[in-house]
Amino acid sequence: MTQVATRPAESRETEAAVVLTRHWRTPIMFGVFGLLALVVFGLLPDGGRESTFGLSLRDDAIQLAPITVPSKLAAILLALVCLGIAAYATWQTYLGRRVPLWLSITFGLAFVLAFLTWSVAGSEISLTSALQGTLALSVPLIFGALCGMMGERTGVINIAIEGQLLAGAFLSGVVASLVGNLWVGLIAAPIAGLLVAWVLAVFTVRYFVNQIIVGVVLNVLVLGVTNFLYSRLLSPLKETWNSPGRFPRLEIPLLSEIPVIGPVLFHQTIIVYIMYVVVVLAHIALFRTRWGLRVRAVGEHPEAADTAGIQVNEVRFRNVLLGGALAGLGGAYFTLGAVGLFSPEMTAGAGFIALAAMIMGRWTPIGAVFAALLFGFANNLQSVLGIIGSPIPSEFMLMAPYLLTIFAVAGLVGRIRPPAFNGQPYLKS
Amino acid sequence: MSENASNELTVGQRFFRELTTGGTALTLLSILLAMLIGAVLIVVSDPDVQGTAAYFFSRPTDTLLAIWESASSAYSAMFAGAIIDFDAASVGDALIPLADTLTYATPLIGAGLAVALAFRAGLLNIGAQGQILIGATLAGLVGFGMDLPAVVHIGFAVLAGFLGGAIWGGIAGFIKAKTGAHEVIVTIMLNHIAALLLAYLLTTQLFRREGQAAPISPFVADSAALPRFFDGSRLHLGLFVVLLAAVYSWWLLSRSTMGFRFKAVGHNPHAATTAGISVGRSYTAVMFIGGGLAGIAGASQVLGTESYLSTSIAGELGFDAITVALLGRSSPIGTVAASLLFGALRAGAVTMQAQTGTPIDIVLVVQSLIVLFIAAPPLVRAVFRIKVRAASPMAAEVGGKAA
Repeated sequence: MTQVATRPAESRETEAAVVLTRHWRTPIMFGVFGLLALVVFGLLPDGGRESTFGLSLRDDAIQLAPITVPSKLAAILLALVCLGIAAYATWQTYLGRRVPLWLSITFGLAFVLAFLTWSVAGSEISLTSALQGTLALSVPLIFGALCGMMGERTGVINIAIEGQLLAGAFLSGVVASLVGNLWVGLIAAPIAGLLVAWVLAVFTVRYFVNQIIVGVVLNVLVLGVTNFLYSRLLSPLKETWNSPGRFPRLEIPLLSEIPVIGPVLFHQTIIVYIMYVVVVLAHIALFRTRWGLRVRAVGEHPEAADTAGIQVNEVRFRNVLLGGALAGLGGAYFTLGAVGLFSPEMTAGAGFIALAAMIMGRWTPIGAVFAALLFGFANNLQSVLGIIGSPIPSEFMLMAPYLLTIFAVAGLVGRIRPPAFNGQPYLKS
Repeated sequence: MSENASNELTVGQRFFRELTTGGTALTLLSILLAMLIGAVLIVVSDPDVQGTAAYFFSRPTDTLLAIWESASSAYSAMFAGAIIDFDAASVGDALIPLADTLTYATPLIGAGLAVALAFRAGLLNIGAQGQILIGATLAGLVGFGMDLPAVVHIGFAVLAGFLGGAIWGGIAGFIKAKTGAHEVIVTIMLNHIAALLLAYLLTTQLFRREGQAAPISPFVADSAALPRFFDGSRLHLGLFVVLLAAVYSWWLLSRSTMGFRFKAVGHNPHAATTAGISVGRSYTAVMFIGGGLAGIAGASQVLGTESYLSTSIAGELGFDAITVALLGRSSPIGTVAASLLFGALRAGAVTMQAQTGTPIDIVLVVQSLIVLFIAAPPLVRAVFRIKVRAASPMAAEVGGKAA
């Protein structure tokens, strides 16, 4: 039993092997996707069509004229930007340097814009409302990804993000309805997530039960309980149990008047503003404080952390709870932020996409935010394109996060390395 | 679980030891505890009980009666729906609930075996859901899209189901073997991809039923349908197919070289490597075979139970499969037994919902609680004050391998 905590030789070997072979993967993938963009988005389609992007909403203070570009030319130029980045990445790799994160993000932006130009050719899309929809879909993903990160940074895999989101959505809605106060509901949300996380922590950290099994089972348990109570109470007695209402959107003076991004970022509900604060705090706490150092030490090398006097399982337990509370807050966004009432299975797999966002974001808060935004964007875009007529079926757009994540964990996109002791119980010898 | 020690005991002694030191006793107590908590949930949310609780202190007997009435009517309806219906008109009708139980258990056995086999090789196959979906898709395509003679058609369709699941599982195993990517993440993502793929296919000409707005496929041809045993129940030949799969899994694990390799890899991949076993190849193989068994479960759903393909063809089967494999301690026989239990719960819950209005979702609660309690023996022992100590099976078996 005590051997469990020693680092498995296999992973060290594969890691070494991966470092050698993975060297060229990022530039190669950039090149492949860049060429793909050039051929499919730029060279293949007929010329002569235009893509129009609206930049302002009707009630914005500063109105901007929509931008209209010739689809073919714009797509070709953006694809060339992608190929340029691929060439730069190749040069960097040749010099033995790592491809920086901002380069990957720029590549992603250029690729997405090329795709967008191609897919709206001959019609119009409002960029502002597309971004608004993106943020709306990303909020729970970001909370969920932070939840997963809190656990995995200490070495506890949390597959129960979905359950924690759902529990937060359920309890916040119910409490807000019963008390008649949205703020009390908002306080109840993290408590719900915390309760689910507590079960996870007790089973995995205290009793050393397999983390993934408990996570999977907890998802089913929360699903069962919320569905059961929904058909028993929330659906027949809607007035008392399921009419919480929604938080109003708050406009932040000045900031909300910035063109394009102003109304997107600063005309939101309180939950979104909490999210901004939480992301910044999480980043600072993880990478700039003593607490963060300890947390990361526990995930990377629990034995060393223990030797240095850190209570490994104590840290893990607390972090899983913290993560649960964050996911619970994210759940409240479904009921109190977006819809205004609870409906069964309303999280609809967001917890798993959040897991994917955490992995794509390489276990960092900022990275997770960008990954979540990308996934939210893809999700929002498929519904927008469904209306104006999309060249590719919406199901394939929805697949993007999952496919990207498989590419990522298989080492095809960027370099991804989870905390070394992720998923392994720590038994003191 | 010390297998060496128990091998030297007689069958009777071993059975007694199993019963007293964890194993069976623990399982039974876990089921009991889960059912009890389920009952609490039923009672607490019952409007009748809430009504009488308002005047509890003036007439407490009313509340107690309402509590008893609420819980016992729900569970007796569940029993009637799962095992024997004593109010039925004839002996044949009285046994229909049992046939329903077997119908629900059929896909669970196939999918549960998929998870159980992977467990033995030290892999967590969360992807049974996707494997069922792709298996069902291919089996359905052969079932309604091809024209073949009766017996050949069934065989061909089931084989297509096996291949579909096997390919989907094999992809996950292959990625794990080649890149070391965590199989849990890969299989979760493949589940979602499979669901979206099926949703897309059902909008295409090839799969869509003509004149239907809903995304459902045509009915499978009569020559490809798994024959049903008797009227009034959907129980079909698929039960024997998955039972054969269980026998095959048993043979594979305990009598074949390949199964020995799987178990060696599951126990200790480094030792297995030293002994000349290719860990990567074992991962791919076990996910291929396991995925295939889940695919057979999908085939039995589309060719037997439902008769056509829809997005809800797999329901929650893939996740039930995980709990079934855990409850069955990842042995083929245990998986079959656990599938029967969960099949009974499911069949009973349908009747319970119809008769008492108790939502069917209580099954999910009870199922997940059973597995939680089984996964944490110290917890159940504490509740029932059992003193005997035995190692937690799951913590030890798959605990350290999820890196």
